[in-house]
Amino acid sequence: MAFRGKRPEHGGPPELFYDKNEARKYVRNSRMIDVQTQMTGRALELLCLPEGQPCYLLDIGCGSGLSGDYLSDEGHYWVGIDISPAMLDAALDRDTEGDLLLGDMGQGIPFKPGTFDGCISISAVQWLCNANKKSDIPAKRLYCFFSSLYSVLVRGARAVLQLYPENSEQLELITIQATKAGFTGGVVVDFPNSAKAKKFYLCLFSGPSTFLPKALTETTDEEEATESAFTSERTAGLSPPSPRLPPPPASWPLSPLGSPSPLLCPHVYSPGSFPQFAETLFLLSSP
Amino acid sequence: MKLLTHNLLSSHVRGVGPRGFPLRLQATEVRINPVEFNPEFVARMIPKVEWAALLEAADTVRTLPHARARPEWGGGRGRSHRRPGSLARVGMPRGDLGLCPQLHLVEVPKEPIEGYEHDEKFLRKMHHVLLEVDVLEGTLQCPESGRLFPISRGIPNMLLSDEETET
Repeated sequence: MAFRGKRPEHGGPPELFYDKNEARKYVRNSRMIDVQTQMTGRALELLCLPEGQPCYLLDIGCGSGLSGDYLSDEGHYWVGIDISPAMLDAALDRDTEGDLLLGDMGQGIPFKPGTFDGCISISAVQWLCNANKKSDIPAKRLYCFFSSLYSVLVRGARAVLQLYPENSEQLELITIQATKAGFTGGVVVDFPNSAKAKKFYLCLFSGPSTFLPKALTETTDEEEATESAFTSERTAGLSPPSPRLPPPPASWPLSPLGSPSPLLCPHVYSPGSFPQFAETLFLLSSP
Repeated sequence: MKLLTHNLLSSHVRGVGPRGFPLRLQATEVRINPVEFNPEFVARMIPKVEWAALLEAADTVRTLPHARARPEWGGGRGRSHRRPGSLARVGMPRGDLGLCPQLHLVEVPKEPIEGYEHDEKFLRKMHHVLLEVDVLEGTLQCPESGRLFPISRGIPNMLLSDEETET
Protein backbone atom coordinates (compact mmCIF):
# COMPACT_ATOMS: atom_id res chain seq x y z
CA MET A 1 0.00 0.00 0.00
CA ALA A 2 1.36 3.38 -0.88
CA PHE A 3 0.25 6.17 1.36
CA ARG A 4 0.43 9.47 -0.41
CA GLY A 5 0.56 12.02 2.33
CA LYS A 6 -2.30 11.13 4.60
CA ARG A 7 -2.32 7.86 6.46
CA PRO A 8 -5.51 5.82 6.06
CA GLU A 9 -5.70 5.19 9.82
CA HIS A 10 -6.41 8.90 10.30
CA GLY A 11 -9.49 8.75 8.13
CA GLY A 12 -11.68 6.71 10.46
CA PRO A 13 -12.24 3.11 11.48
CA PRO A 14 -10.96 0.34 9.19
CA GLU A 15 -14.40 -1.15 8.61
CA LEU A 16 -15.40 2.13 6.97
CA PHE A 17 -12.10 2.91 5.23
CA TYR A 18 -11.98 -0.48 3.49
CA ASP A 19 -15.22 -0.01 1.60
CA LYS A 20 -16.22 -1.39 -1.78
CA ASN A 21 -14.01 1.06 -3.66
CA GLU A 22 -10.97 0.28 -1.56
CA ALA A 23 -11.66 -3.46 -1.80
CA ARG A 24 -11.79 -3.21 -5.57
CA LYS A 25 -8.20 -1.95 -5.61
CA TYR A 26 -7.08 -5.14 -3.92
CA VAL A 27 -8.72 -7.17 -6.65
CA ARG A 28 -7.80 -5.11 -9.74
CA ASN A 29 -4.66 -3.09 -9.02
CA SER A 30 -1.81 -5.36 -10.06
CA ARG A 31 0.85 -3.28 -8.31
CA MET A 32 -1.03 -3.47 -5.05
CA ILE A 33 -1.44 -7.21 -5.50
CA ASP A 34 2.29 -7.61 -6.20
CA VAL A 35 3.30 -5.69 -3.08
CA GLN A 36 0.89 -7.66 -0.89
CA THR A 37 2.09 -10.97 -2.29
CA GLN A 38 5.74 -10.04 -1.85
CA MET A 39 5.22 -9.04 1.76
CA THR A 40 3.35 -12.27 2.42
CA GLY A 41 6.23 -14.21 0.94
CA ARG A 42 8.65 -12.44 3.23
CA ALA A 43 6.39 -12.93 6.27
CA LEU A 44 6.09 -16.64 5.53
CA GLU A 45 9.86 -16.86 5.19
CA LEU A 46 10.33 -15.18 8.56
CA LEU A 47 7.79 -17.59 10.08
CA CYS A 48 10.37 -20.39 9.67
CA LEU A 49 7.85 -23.19 9.38
CA PRO A 50 9.21 -26.72 9.16
CA GLU A 51 9.92 -27.46 5.53
CA GLY A 52 7.46 -29.52 3.54
CA GLN A 53 4.83 -29.65 6.27
CA PRO A 54 1.32 -28.33 5.63
CA CYS A 55 0.55 -25.91 8.48
CA TYR A 56 -2.59 -24.36 9.91
CA LEU A 57 -2.11 -20.59 9.88
CA LEU A 58 -3.98 -17.52 11.01
CA ASP A 59 -4.11 -14.44 8.77
CA ILE A 60 -5.02 -11.30 10.69
CA GLY A 61 -6.51 -8.57 8.54
CA CYS A 62 -6.80 -11.04 5.67
CA GLY A 63 -8.75 -8.56 3.56
CA SER A 64 -9.53 -9.86 0.10
CA GLY A 65 -7.41 -12.94 0.71
CA LEU A 66 -4.35 -12.01 -1.36
CA SER A 67 -2.01 -13.12 1.41
CA GLY A 68 -4.11 -16.23 1.94
CA ASP A 69 -3.78 -17.19 -1.72
CA TYR A 70 -0.03 -17.15 -1.30
CA LEU A 71 -0.31 -19.37 1.79
CA SER A 72 -2.56 -21.79 -0.12
CA ASP A 73 -0.13 -21.90 -3.03
CA GLU A 74 2.61 -22.81 -0.57
CA GLY A 75 0.51 -25.75 0.60
CA HIS A 76 -0.75 -24.30 3.88
CA TYR A 77 -4.24 -24.04 5.31
CA TRP A 78 -5.45 -20.81 6.83
CA VAL A 79 -8.21 -18.93 8.58
CA GLY A 80 -8.53 -15.20 7.96
CA ILE A 81 -10.00 -12.53 10.19
CA ASP A 82 -10.96 -9.08 8.97
CA ILE A 83 -13.13 -6.27 10.24
CA SER A 84 -14.22 -5.02 6.84
CA PRO A 85 -17.27 -6.76 5.32
CA ALA A 86 -16.47 -5.23 1.93
CA MET A 87 -12.99 -6.79 1.90
CA LEU A 88 -14.40 -10.15 2.98
CA ASP A 89 -16.97 -9.93 0.19
CA ALA A 90 -14.09 -9.41 -2.22
CA ALA A 91 -12.43 -12.51 -0.74
CA LEU A 92 -15.64 -14.50 -1.31
CA ASP A 93 -15.82 -13.30 -4.90
CA ARG A 94 -12.22 -14.35 -5.44
CA ASP A 95 -12.93 -17.89 -4.19
CA THR A 96 -10.20 -18.00 -1.59
CA GLU A 97 -9.50 -21.36 -0.01
CA GLY A 98 -9.29 -20.40 3.65
CA ASP A 99 -12.18 -19.85 6.02
CA LEU A 100 -13.09 -16.25 6.77
CA LEU A 101 -14.28 -14.57 9.96
CA LEU A 102 -15.68 -11.12 10.48
CA GLY A 103 -13.97 -9.95 13.62
CA ASP A 104 -12.04 -7.21 15.38
CA MET A 105 -8.52 -8.24 16.38
CA GLY A 106 -8.65 -5.70 19.21
CA GLN A 107 -11.43 -7.76 20.79
CA GLY A 108 -9.31 -10.88 20.88
CA ILE A 109 -8.88 -13.89 18.61
CA PRO A 110 -11.80 -16.28 19.24
CA PHE A 111 -10.03 -19.64 19.08
CA LYS A 112 -9.05 -22.41 21.44
CA PRO A 113 -5.52 -22.37 22.86
CA GLY A 114 -2.89 -23.98 20.69
CA THR A 115 -4.89 -23.86 17.47
CA PHE A 116 -2.45 -22.34 14.96
CA ASP A 117 1.03 -23.30 13.81
CA GLY A 118 1.76 -19.68 12.98
CA CYS A 119 0.24 -16.29 12.29
CA ILE A 120 0.84 -13.68 9.65
CA SER A 121 -0.62 -10.24 9.23
CA ILE A 122 -0.01 -7.83 6.38
CA SER A 123 -0.47 -4.10 6.95
CA ALA A 124 -3.06 -4.39 9.67
CA VAL A 125 -1.71 -4.08 13.20
CA GLN A 126 -1.03 -0.32 13.03
CA TRP A 127 -4.80 0.17 12.92
CA LEU A 128 -4.94 -0.90 16.58
CA CYS A 129 -3.00 2.22 17.57
CA ASN A 130 -5.91 4.46 16.70
CA ALA A 131 -8.92 5.02 18.89
CA ASN A 132 -12.01 5.40 16.76
CA LYS A 133 -14.44 5.44 19.63
CA LYS A 134 -14.36 7.08 23.01
CA SER A 135 -14.24 3.64 24.60
CA ASP A 136 -11.22 2.49 22.56
CA ILE A 137 -7.98 2.42 24.51
CA PRO A 138 -5.20 1.43 22.08
CA ALA A 139 -2.90 -0.09 24.70
CA LYS A 140 -5.74 -2.24 26.07
CA ARG A 141 -6.84 -3.35 22.63
CA LEU A 142 -3.27 -4.19 21.67
CA TYR A 143 -2.85 -6.20 24.86
CA CYS A 144 -6.10 -8.05 24.29
CA PHE A 145 -4.98 -8.82 20.75
CA PHE A 146 -1.50 -10.02 21.68
CA SER A 147 -2.53 -12.05 24.71
CA SER A 148 -5.24 -13.88 22.76
CA LEU A 149 -2.81 -14.35 19.88
CA TYR A 150 -0.28 -15.84 22.28
CA SER A 151 -2.91 -18.27 23.47
CA VAL A 152 -4.15 -19.45 20.07
CA LEU A 153 -0.63 -20.21 18.84
CA VAL A 154 0.96 -23.61 19.33
CA ARG A 155 3.77 -23.27 21.90
CA GLY A 156 6.91 -22.33 20.09
CA ALA A 157 5.03 -20.96 17.07
CA ARG A 158 5.76 -17.54 15.62
CA ALA A 159 3.72 -14.60 14.48
CA VAL A 160 5.10 -12.32 11.80
CA LEU A 161 3.17 -9.09 11.55
CA GLN A 162 4.09 -6.68 8.78
CA LEU A 163 3.01 -3.21 9.80
CA TYR A 164 3.31 0.47 8.96
CA PRO A 165 4.13 2.22 12.23
CA GLU A 166 3.57 5.95 12.10
CA ASN A 167 6.55 6.74 14.33
CA SER A 168 8.85 5.11 16.82
CA GLU A 169 6.48 5.82 19.74
CA GLN A 170 3.80 3.81 18.01
CA LEU A 171 6.19 0.95 17.37
CA GLU A 172 7.17 1.05 21.02
CA LEU A 173 3.53 1.02 22.12
CA ILE A 174 3.02 -2.11 20.04
CA THR A 175 6.17 -3.94 21.15
CA ILE A 176 5.56 -3.19 24.83
CA GLN A 177 2.11 -4.76 24.69
CA ALA A 178 3.47 -7.76 22.80
CA THR A 179 6.11 -8.26 25.49
CA LYS A 180 3.48 -7.95 28.22
CA ALA A 181 1.49 -10.70 26.56
CA GLY A 182 4.47 -13.03 26.84
CA PHE A 183 6.04 -12.77 23.41
CA THR A 184 9.73 -12.46 22.71
CA GLY A 185 11.22 -11.43 19.40
CA GLY A 186 11.83 -8.14 17.70
CA VAL A 187 11.31 -5.95 14.68
CA VAL A 188 13.00 -6.75 11.40
CA VAL A 189 13.34 -3.77 9.09
CA ASP A 190 13.84 -4.71 5.46
CA PHE A 191 15.61 -2.18 3.21
CA PRO A 192 16.02 0.33 6.05
CA ASN A 193 17.63 2.94 3.81
CA SER A 194 14.96 3.00 1.14
CA ALA A 195 12.01 5.32 1.65
CA LYS A 196 9.71 3.22 -0.51
CA ALA A 197 10.86 -0.35 0.00
CA LYS A 198 11.37 -0.06 3.76
CA LYS A 199 9.19 -2.60 5.54
CA PHE A 200 8.69 -3.41 9.20
CA TYR A 201 8.08 -6.97 10.31
CA LEU A 202 7.27 -7.57 13.94
CA CYS A 203 8.51 -11.11 14.55
CA LEU A 204 7.02 -12.60 17.69
CA PHE A 205 7.96 -15.92 19.25
CA SER A 206 5.71 -17.62 21.74
CA GLY A 207 8.58 -19.66 23.13
CA PRO A 208 11.67 -21.45 21.94
CA SER A 209 11.36 -23.43 18.76
CA THR A 210 9.71 -26.74 19.54
CA PHE A 211 10.43 -28.89 16.54
CA LEU A 212 11.25 -32.27 17.99
CA PRO A 213 14.92 -33.03 17.43
CA LYS A 214 15.73 -36.28 15.72
CA ALA A 215 16.41 -39.17 18.05
CA LEU A 216 19.77 -40.81 17.87
CA THR A 217 19.61 -44.13 16.12
CA GLU A 218 21.81 -47.15 16.25
CA THR A 219 23.31 -46.52 12.87
CA THR A 220 24.72 -43.19 13.91
CA ASP A 221 25.52 -43.71 17.57
CA GLU A 222 25.71 -47.34 18.56
CA GLU A 223 27.37 -46.76 21.88
CA GLU A 224 24.55 -44.74 23.42
CA ALA A 225 21.87 -47.08 22.19
CA THR A 226 23.37 -50.09 23.89
CA GLU A 227 24.35 -48.44 27.13
CA SER A 228 20.92 -47.32 28.30
CA ALA A 229 18.24 -49.72 27.23
CA PHE A 230 14.62 -48.67 27.57
CA THR A 231 12.72 -51.35 29.47
CA SER A 232 9.37 -51.74 31.16
CA GLU A 233 10.68 -54.34 33.63
CA ARG A 234 10.80 -53.40 37.26
CA THR A 235 13.84 -54.31 39.27
CA ALA A 236 13.37 -55.28 42.89
CA GLY A 237 15.39 -53.71 45.65
CA LEU A 238 17.99 -51.11 44.92
CA SER A 239 17.89 -49.40 41.60
CA PRO A 240 20.81 -50.32 39.38
CA PRO A 241 23.62 -47.80 39.09
CA SER A 242 22.77 -45.28 36.46
CA PRO A 243 24.64 -45.92 33.24
CA ARG A 244 27.24 -43.33 32.37
CA LEU A 245 26.72 -41.79 29.01
CA PRO A 246 29.82 -41.12 26.97
CA PRO A 247 30.62 -37.44 26.55
CA PRO A 248 28.90 -35.89 23.54
CA PRO A 249 31.02 -35.45 20.45
CA ALA A 250 32.69 -32.09 20.07
CA SER A 251 30.29 -30.99 17.35
CA TRP A 252 27.25 -31.92 19.40
CA PRO A 253 25.41 -28.64 19.95
CA LEU A 254 25.71 -27.73 16.31
CA SER A 255 25.00 -30.88 14.37
CA PRO A 256 24.24 -34.03 16.36
CA LEU A 257 24.01 -36.21 13.31
CA GLY A 258 26.92 -34.86 11.36
CA SER A 259 24.64 -33.05 8.95
CA PRO A 260 22.06 -30.36 9.68
CA SER A 261 18.61 -31.82 10.16
CA PRO A 262 15.97 -30.52 7.75
CA LEU A 263 13.63 -30.00 10.68
CA LEU A 264 15.84 -27.42 12.29
CA CYS A 265 15.20 -23.79 11.52
CA PRO A 266 17.42 -22.16 8.93
CA HIS A 267 17.59 -18.92 10.91
CA VAL A 268 18.42 -18.70 14.54
CA TYR A 269 17.04 -15.49 15.93
CA SER A 270 19.45 -13.77 18.15
CA PRO A 271 20.60 -10.18 17.93
CA GLY A 272 22.74 -9.71 14.88
CA SER A 273 21.70 -12.86 13.07
CA PHE A 274 18.68 -11.51 11.25
CA PRO A 275 18.66 -12.16 7.55
CA GLN A 276 20.42 -9.84 5.16
CA PHE A 277 18.97 -6.48 4.15
CA ALA A 278 17.41 -6.26 7.54
CA GLU A 279 18.32 -4.39 10.64
CA THR A 280 16.96 -5.10 14.06
CA LEU A 281 15.26 -2.18 15.66
CA PHE A 282 13.88 -3.45 18.91
CA LEU A 283 14.58 -6.65 20.66
CA LEU A 284 11.97 -7.59 23.16
CA SER A 285 13.31 -8.90 26.39
CA SER A 286 11.57 -11.74 28.17
CA PRO A 287 8.98 -10.53 30.65
CA MET B 1 -17.31 -22.11 7.54
CA LYS B 2 -15.71 -25.53 7.64
CA LEU B 3 -16.43 -27.88 10.53
CA LEU B 4 -12.71 -27.79 11.35
CA THR B 5 -12.98 -24.06 12.00
CA HIS B 6 -16.11 -24.60 14.07
CA ASN B 7 -14.25 -27.21 16.10
CA LEU B 8 -11.52 -24.72 16.99
CA LEU B 9 -13.60 -21.56 17.45
CA SER B 10 -14.26 -20.43 20.99
CA SER B 11 -16.42 -17.60 22.25
CA HIS B 12 -14.54 -14.48 23.35
CA VAL B 13 -17.40 -12.74 25.12
CA ARG B 14 -16.19 -11.04 28.29
CA GLY B 15 -15.88 -13.31 31.30
CA VAL B 16 -16.57 -16.52 29.40
CA GLY B 17 -12.98 -17.74 29.22
CA PRO B 18 -12.44 -21.45 28.53
CA ARG B 19 -16.16 -22.15 28.96
CA GLY B 20 -16.78 -20.55 25.57
CA PHE B 21 -16.32 -23.88 23.82
CA PRO B 22 -17.85 -25.51 21.89
CA LEU B 23 -20.05 -22.99 20.14
CA ARG B 24 -23.45 -24.50 19.45
CA LEU B 25 -23.94 -24.73 15.71
CA GLN B 26 -27.29 -24.22 14.01
CA ALA B 27 -27.07 -24.59 10.25
CA THR B 28 -29.78 -23.63 7.80
CA GLU B 29 -27.75 -23.96 4.61
CA VAL B 30 -24.80 -26.21 3.96
CA ARG B 31 -22.72 -26.83 0.89
CA ILE B 32 -20.27 -29.54 0.02
CA ASN B 33 -17.16 -27.86 -1.26
CA PRO B 34 -14.44 -30.07 -2.73
CA VAL B 35 -10.98 -29.55 -1.28
CA GLU B 36 -7.77 -31.24 -2.32
CA PHE B 37 -7.04 -34.23 -0.05
CA ASN B 38 -3.86 -33.86 1.97
CA PRO B 39 -3.47 -36.89 4.28
CA GLU B 40 -0.56 -35.34 6.17
CA PHE B 41 -2.53 -32.23 7.09
CA VAL B 42 -5.64 -34.14 8.11
CA ALA B 43 -3.56 -36.45 10.28
CA ARG B 44 -1.92 -33.45 11.93
CA MET B 45 -5.29 -31.88 12.76
CA ILE B 46 -6.88 -35.02 14.27
CA PRO B 47 -5.29 -34.56 17.74
CA LYS B 48 -6.71 -31.03 17.88
CA VAL B 49 -10.26 -32.18 17.16
CA GLU B 50 -12.70 -32.19 20.06
CA TRP B 51 -14.58 -35.32 19.09
CA ALA B 52 -17.84 -34.78 20.99
CA ALA B 53 -18.17 -31.31 19.47
CA LEU B 54 -17.51 -32.65 15.99
CA LEU B 55 -20.09 -35.42 16.33
CA GLU B 56 -22.65 -32.89 17.51
CA ALA B 57 -21.86 -30.47 14.69
CA ALA B 58 -22.03 -33.24 12.10
CA ASP B 59 -25.39 -34.30 13.56
CA THR B 60 -26.72 -30.76 13.20
CA VAL B 61 -25.59 -30.59 9.60
CA ARG B 62 -26.94 -34.03 8.83
CA THR B 63 -30.42 -33.30 10.10
CA LEU B 64 -30.80 -30.47 7.63
CA PRO B 65 -33.61 -31.02 5.13
CA HIS B 66 -31.89 -32.39 2.05
CA ALA B 67 -33.43 -29.80 -0.21
CA ARG B 68 -31.48 -27.07 1.52
CA ALA B 69 -28.14 -28.80 1.45
CA ARG B 70 -26.59 -27.69 -1.80
CA PRO B 71 -24.25 -30.09 -3.54
CA GLU B 72 -21.93 -28.03 -5.67
CA TRP B 73 -19.51 -30.38 -7.24
CA GLY B 74 -17.14 -28.54 -9.47
CA GLY B 75 -18.63 -25.12 -8.84
CA GLY B 76 -18.06 -24.41 -5.18
CA ARG B 77 -15.98 -21.96 -3.28
CA GLY B 78 -12.34 -22.91 -3.27
CA ARG B 79 -10.04 -22.86 -6.18
CA SER B 80 -9.21 -26.52 -6.41
CA HIS B 81 -11.73 -27.13 -9.15
CA ARG B 82 -10.02 -24.59 -11.35
CA ARG B 83 -6.86 -26.64 -11.63
CA PRO B 84 -7.59 -29.45 -14.02
CA GLY B 85 -5.68 -32.62 -13.32
CA SER B 86 -4.95 -31.61 -9.77
CA LEU B 87 -4.93 -34.12 -6.94
CA ALA B 88 -8.45 -33.14 -5.97
CA ARG B 89 -9.90 -34.73 -9.06
CA VAL B 90 -7.78 -37.82 -8.90
CA GLY B 91 -8.54 -38.31 -5.24
CA MET B 92 -12.30 -38.04 -5.30
CA PRO B 93 -14.48 -41.05 -5.93
CA ARG B 94 -16.83 -38.86 -7.92
CA GLY B 95 -19.31 -41.53 -8.93
CA ASP B 96 -21.22 -42.10 -5.73
CA LEU B 97 -20.44 -38.79 -4.05
CA GLY B 98 -21.71 -36.71 -6.91
CA LEU B 99 -25.18 -38.18 -6.60
CA CYS B 100 -25.75 -37.77 -2.90
CA PRO B 101 -23.06 -35.97 -0.98
CA GLN B 102 -25.23 -35.94 2.14
CA LEU B 103 -24.68 -39.64 2.51
CA HIS B 104 -21.05 -39.06 3.16
CA LEU B 105 -21.80 -36.59 5.90
CA VAL B 106 -23.23 -39.36 7.99
CA GLU B 107 -19.87 -41.00 8.38
CA VAL B 108 -18.04 -39.46 11.27
CA PRO B 109 -15.96 -42.19 12.90
CA LYS B 110 -16.98 -42.54 16.54
CA GLU B 111 -13.43 -41.86 17.70
CA PRO B 112 -9.94 -41.68 16.23
CA ILE B 113 -8.74 -45.19 15.53
CA GLU B 114 -5.27 -46.42 16.36
CA GLY B 115 -2.69 -45.83 13.65
CA TYR B 116 -4.98 -43.38 11.82
CA GLU B 117 -1.98 -41.60 10.31
CA HIS B 118 -1.68 -44.40 7.79
CA ASP B 119 -5.34 -45.28 7.40
CA GLU B 120 -6.35 -43.53 4.19
CA LYS B 121 -10.00 -44.51 4.45
CA PHE B 122 -10.27 -42.93 7.89
CA LEU B 123 -8.35 -39.83 6.82
CA ARG B 124 -10.55 -39.36 3.75
CA LYS B 125 -13.68 -39.51 5.91
CA MET B 126 -12.18 -36.97 8.28
CA HIS B 127 -11.04 -34.80 5.40
CA HIS B 128 -14.57 -34.71 4.08
CA VAL B 129 -16.14 -33.88 7.43
CA LEU B 130 -13.56 -31.33 8.54
CA LEU B 131 -12.74 -29.52 5.31
CA GLU B 132 -15.43 -30.11 2.70
CA VAL B 133 -18.62 -29.49 4.67
CA ASP B 134 -19.17 -25.75 4.38
CA VAL B 135 -21.82 -24.08 6.56
CA LEU B 136 -23.18 -21.12 4.56
CA GLU B 137 -26.01 -19.85 6.73
CA GLY B 138 -26.81 -20.40 10.37
CA THR B 139 -25.73 -19.34 13.84
CA LEU B 140 -23.13 -20.10 16.47
CA GLN B 141 -24.13 -19.77 20.09
CA CYS B 142 -21.81 -19.18 23.01
CA PRO B 143 -22.53 -22.01 25.49
CA GLU B 144 -21.85 -19.79 28.49
CA SER B 145 -23.41 -16.42 27.71
CA GLY B 146 -25.95 -17.52 25.11
CA ARG B 147 -24.70 -14.84 22.71
CA LEU B 148 -25.58 -15.66 19.08
CA PHE B 149 -23.05 -15.16 16.30
CA PRO B 150 -24.71 -15.19 12.89
CA ILE B 151 -23.11 -16.99 9.94
CA SER B 152 -23.83 -15.37 6.63
CA ARG B 153 -22.44 -16.41 3.23
CA GLY B 154 -20.16 -18.79 5.11
CA ILE B 155 -18.63 -16.05 7.28
CA PRO B 156 -19.30 -16.08 11.04
CA ASN B 157 -19.72 -12.59 12.44
CA MET B 158 -17.65 -12.59 15.64
CA LEU B 159 -17.86 -8.83 16.29
CA LEU B 160 -18.76 -7.95 19.87
CA SER B 161 -20.37 -4.85 21.27
CA ASP B 162 -18.42 -2.62 23.67
CA GLU B 163 -20.11 -4.15 26.72
CA GLU B 164 -19.20 -7.66 25.65
CA THR B 165 -15.46 -7.15 25.16
CA GLU B 166 -12.63 -7.59 27.63
CA THR B 167 -11.11 -4.23 26.73
